[in-house]
Amino acid sequence: MQVDGYKFLPRSFRSRFEVSPAPGDGDEVFAPFGPRLAGARVALLSSAGLYLKATQEPFDEAGEKANPLWGDPGWRAVPRETAQGELGLMHLHINGADILADHEVALPLRALDALVDAGVVGSSAPTHYSVMGYQEEGLRAWRDETAPAIVESLRDERVDGLILAPA
Amino acid sequence: MPVLAREIEKAGIPTVLVTMMPNVADALLAPRVVGVEFSFGHAFGMAGDGAVQGQVLSVALRVLAGASRAGTRVDVDIEWPVPVKEAYRAWQPAEPSPIVAAMLGQRRANPGPGEG
Repeated sequence: MQVDGYKFLPRSFRSRFEVSPAPGDGDEVFAPFGPRLAGARVALLSSAGLYLKATQEPFDEAGEKANPLWGDPGWRAVPRETAQGELGLMHLHINGADILADHEVALPLRALDALVDAGVVGSSAPTHYSVMGYQEEGLRAWRDETAPAIVESLRDERVDGLILAPA
Repeated sequence: MPVLAREIEKAGIPTVLVTMMPNVADALLAPRVVGVEFSFGHAFGMAGDGAVQGQVLSVALRVLAGASRAGTRVDVDIEWPVPVKEAYRAWQPAEPSPIVAAMLGQRRANPGPGEG
């Protein structure tokens, strides 16, 4: 079967998703995956706007309400050991109730732990990642600031591959 | 999100995107794509459904590690277990997002033919 990406989308929204690459983004990019999966370190990244309620600021809700064409381009580090209930969510474009009820819906840390325990994956990275998926057109801050910062963290922790999940 | 995946992949770190809109990820040349026909906000499945969450994650790992070329896409053959009309309403926020509210405000201020 082929997934219908418009199945749950209001008809009036469709034209916003009929997209083509921006100038400079028209080439293929591909980094080969080197190690055996059973020896690899993997990290997760969600765009659900998750943050640690106890220690991190939520993504900027007031800023987006003041400028509806802007979204907070920052990122949050989510430790591997983060437990159910420790994450908050700031994303004004989805109903986040299910993600708050079960973080695995967006960031499956425990499912990854299970695959590590089963020997399928070598290890779960010490740090996983959260961004807020609604961004200004052009994604300048994501390209110039957020992506390089996440890459630096991934390299520091010798991560072999990243699984990204839009909300 | 495909752009973020590409930026990270350009730095030499392999990525895979698990997405409800694989057509968009394809169009924006995400390196590896796993498509799920799930309600928005639920990339790995229903709340409380650890079996499906693990299944989707396993597919993502296989594509991450096993793809041999850019543009690899695998769609997961699992049907969302909620009727479409119900799911369509459920994923949307209680209040319209700021951009949707602004668009609705513009439409009210400048109604098109037949909308006045």
